Amino acid sequence: MSKDKAPRILKIDILRFDPHDPEDFPSMERFEIEESHGMTLFIALNDIREHHDNSLKYDFVCRAGICGSCSMLVNGRPTLACRTLTSKLDEHITLAPLPLFELIGDLSVYTGKWMRGLNEKLETWIHDKENELNVDKLEEKMEPELADEIYELDRCVECGCCVAGCGTIQMRPYFKGAVGLNKIARYHLDPRDKRSDEEYYELIGNEDGVFGCMTLLGCEDVCPKDLPLQSKIAYLRRMMLKTAVKN
Amino acid sequence: MKVIYTDVLIIGGGLAGLRVATGVKERGHEAVVLSLVPPKRSHSAAAQGGMQASLANSAMGEGDNEDVHFEDTIKGSDWGADQRVARMFTHCAPKAIRELAHWGVPWSRVKRGDHQSIINAQKVTISEKDEAHGLITARDFGGTKKWRTCYTSDGTGHSMLYAMDNKAHEDRVEIHERLEAMALIHENGRCYGAVARNLMSGELVAYVSKATTIATGGYGRIYEVSTNAIICQGTGQALALESGVATLGNMEAIQFHPTAIVPVGILTTEGCRGDGGLLLDKDGYRFMPDYEPDKKELASRDVVSRRMTEHMRKGKGVKSRYGDHLWLDITILGREHIEKNLREVKEICENFLGIDPAEEWIPVRPTQHYSMGGIRTKHTGESQTLKGLYSCGEAACWDMHGFNRLGGNSVSETVVSGMLVAEYISDFLDSSDSDITIHTKNVEKFVKTEQAKLDKLLENEGGEDAYVLRRRMEKIMMEKVGIFRNGKDLKEAVDELEELLKRSKNIDVFRSKSRAANPALVNAYRTQKMIRVALTVAMGAYLREESRGAHSREDFPERNDEKWLKRTITSWPDTEQTLPTVTYEDIDISEMELPPGFRGYGKDMTIHNSATKEAQEKVDSIKAKMEAEGKDRFEIQEALMPFKDILPKKYQGKNERLTERLENE
Ligand SMILES: Cc1cc2nc3c(=O)[nH]c(=O)nc-3n(C[C@H](O)[C@H](O)[C@H](O)COP(=O)(O)OP(=O)(O)OC[C@H]3O[C@@H](n4cnc5c(N)ncnc54)[C@H](O)[C@@H]3O)c2cc1C
Ligand code: SF4
Ligand code: SF4
Ligand code: FES
Repeated sequence: MSKDKAPRILKIDILRFDPHDPEDFPSMERFEIEESHGMTLFIALNDIREHHDNSLKYDFVCRAGICGSCSMLVNGRPTLACRTLTSKLDEHITLAPLPLFELIGDLSVYTGKWMRGLNEKLETWIHDKENELNVDKLEEKMEPELADEIYELDRCVECGCCVAGCGTIQMRPYFKGAVGLNKIARYHLDPRDKRSDEEYYELIGNEDGVFGCMTLLGCEDVCPKDLPLQSKIAYLRRMMLKTAVKN
Repeated sequence: MKVIYTDVLIIGGGLAGLRVATGVKERGHEAVVLSLVPPKRSHSAAAQGGMQASLANSAMGEGDNEDVHFEDTIKGSDWGADQRVARMFTHCAPKAIRELAHWGVPWSRVKRGDHQSIINAQKVTISEKDEAHGLITARDFGGTKKWRTCYTSDGTGHSMLYAMDNKAHEDRVEIHERLEAMALIHENGRCYGAVARNLMSGELVAYVSKATTIATGGYGRIYEVSTNAIICQGTGQALALESGVATLGNMEAIQFHPTAIVPVGILTTEGCRGDGGLLLDKDGYRFMPDYEPDKKELASRDVVSRRMTEHMRKGKGVKSRYGDHLWLDITILGREHIEKNLREVKEICENFLGIDPAEEWIPVRPTQHYSMGGIRTKHTGESQTLKGLYSCGEAACWDMHGFNRLGGNSVSETVVSGMLVAEYISDFLDSSDSDITIHTKNVEKFVKTEQAKLDKLLENEGGEDAYVLRRRMEKIMMEKVGIFRNGKDLKEAVDELEELLKRSKNIDVFRSKSRAANPALVNAYRTQKMIRVALTVAMGAYLREESRGAHSREDFPERNDEKWLKRTITSWPDTEQTLPTVTYEDIDISEMELPPGFRGYGKDMTIHNSATKEAQEKVDSIKAKMEAEGKDRFEIQEALMPFKDILPKKYQGKNERLTERLENE
């Protein structure tokens, strides 16, 4: 938005619905607000809540693209709303809650609960029974490049965009999604996690895991952290096939 | 009435809360964690730069140990910290980081051989030793003598919180998300848990517990612009305050971070300057060496923020429609370094400013960032006045930061205090002292009181708009309780906030009347709490007639150890009061291992306490004598200020370093 031009009037259509209200049904509601310099959808939605409709529900926490709370469909595409500048969008904007997750109301969905379930199923923690930690002693060494590689995959913010963008999950509700497969890739890479290939196979060597993925790559396109989902899924698939053949 | 019983109720699912939870679980106690948001979304995830722990693995960290870390922390605090607590902290930080490494944090590691680095705008070569290869590395941060801040690229908090939450999963910690603690349940000076509200259904639930821990983080959002997540609203401090029994410490100690982007206030990490980034003014001139020839951009945060403000007041700021700002230049670090070690910063610049920080300068200015103050506790984390109530992390004031905390010391504090407080709570639970009996009728009373408050907000008509009050409060804090403070503004702030507090009793949640998920209702009751918390900050700042750390009075520019070497304690004994009750707690110089001195920034304006000289002489003579006798640093420390005996046994051991190897048992 240039300095001299009159600010745009944004027309924001929001899919509204309160599942707690038995009388309510989903409907689109339009809000018109004046765009300001550097406006993000976080600022725009707060403006609407504060000045137009204080019952509007949505989830922001860090408002800096870090915590993964605010994913929604912006013009049909899953993304983090807080770091979406309105200047990059047309003046007519459509917002809808992320599909497939439990709806709390309006744009607020319970991605956290889904992710918790996923983490519990995949046991996304270091499995190491033998190694008693002595906190006084020097830490175990790790190759610097390997630490960087693990961090690269650790950067997932559990926003659920990849899940909302995934074709498989619509047909297979228990599909682990790119987020789940990425987590397995992360732990598999980590020498501190002592799980065997067979144990990993148990977790994702099936149609709800890596063999359910159709590699259409909706996930990688929408991942706000640019995780290398495609190459990791391909890698896991190869590894799982090898494990299957071996047994 | 729904009642849930547990051994330990933990309010807050950030780093501190989760670490308490896994700790008490390990000792065999049941725990429930309440959190406004799924724990992984807590504000801890936003910490970018790193965690301080004196591992001394990297070349620039050589010679580092607990003593150096301790000294940096105390100087940083402007002698406001509790020195025994700071000792406990620096002793345990290496243990906490090693534990986190064991639980999966992919800490960045030392790589053997030569590396290029930027120090003081010069390219230098740093050579890492063979035997350090693969150990946890560290970067430079402000106010530290050694490179001590360990990191995972610039997503340190994220990696730590994910590892911690995953550990909590493994330990089957019960976590109740989207629940907000509304009030403590207490009777005769004993805390029995809390009343919480389900933010999705609106249901009120009573949690009854033998020990209750508040780990709700800071209160940055009482300011208009803050680097904090929007849920850092001080509801935890309000819980303590509204009990009328628990107290808060040093609420006026508020940190402003030098480099948040303009206008939105999102942080760019101190790692930018630690790695060699510079601050420039409107002429592209590097001004910090003029003010602080020694530490320059890496002086303590409070100092850099004040120098930047001073420089802008001289007309050297860059004008913008959002007011003046300065530049942060990291282009000199090179694209490769930025894309590897400062990628969060890069993303933030791209997404919120539309610039590429490898090519362009970043517009920054000092912005509210951290709450040194909080729920006042003993070194065990237990409230000094409400038995069974504990607090740790940013929410608490056990007091290791005094009036200014060092970058990297906060995430470190969360996990250290979490692991220690878990032990103290477990000891308490193992003793018969923790037995409780409370009538359900009395529990019900607390639930009913909360219900009545909510009803009143929803049923009120023609009352005040919570948003209007809240915005006014935020403005007052920004304009009158900011980086530089003075008596006149502070007095006005207190008066105006008191007026807002009175008006806030008549808030009306208009239009949005739902009892279930209802953002307007949430805003209404939080605004009431926030104004109260804001008043404790403004009041403490108004009464403290000196400058110490981040609290800087233009009308009292000197640090006054004669009159003000004490902690501000605020409480709210009577709900009808419109101002907090303020008392003070003396800090005893004769118990200090490091008696008050000069921090080494600007001109020394300290008004010294008459006891300081004697204390210093005593310390010096003990040191000289013991050194002559060939005693080691541990023995000397022990003689100066013993602290090991108050640590849980399992954390008393010495820390191993490359240069300080432990014998293999
Ligand atoms: C942008 C940014 C960068 C930072 N970078 C660094 C850094 O590099 N190094 C460093 O050392 N420090 C850093 N800090 C500071 C550090 O991140 C925080 O101090 C620390 O993470 C606080 O952790 P915590 O566990 O105490 O609280 P938080 O992580 O804030 O967690 C609070 C928890 O309490 C819950 N909660 C709050 N109120 C209630 C309630 N009423 N009922 C129920 N639950 C509630 C929340 O849901 C949340 O789970 C940074 C801070 C910011 C703002
Ligand atoms: S590539 Fe696989 S995981 Fe990704 S969207 Fe397609 S089916 Fe889903
Ligand atoms: S993989 Fe990417 S899109 Fe999926 S949850 Fe993680 S960060 Fe979000
Ligand atoms: S609010 Fe945290 S990612 Fe958008």
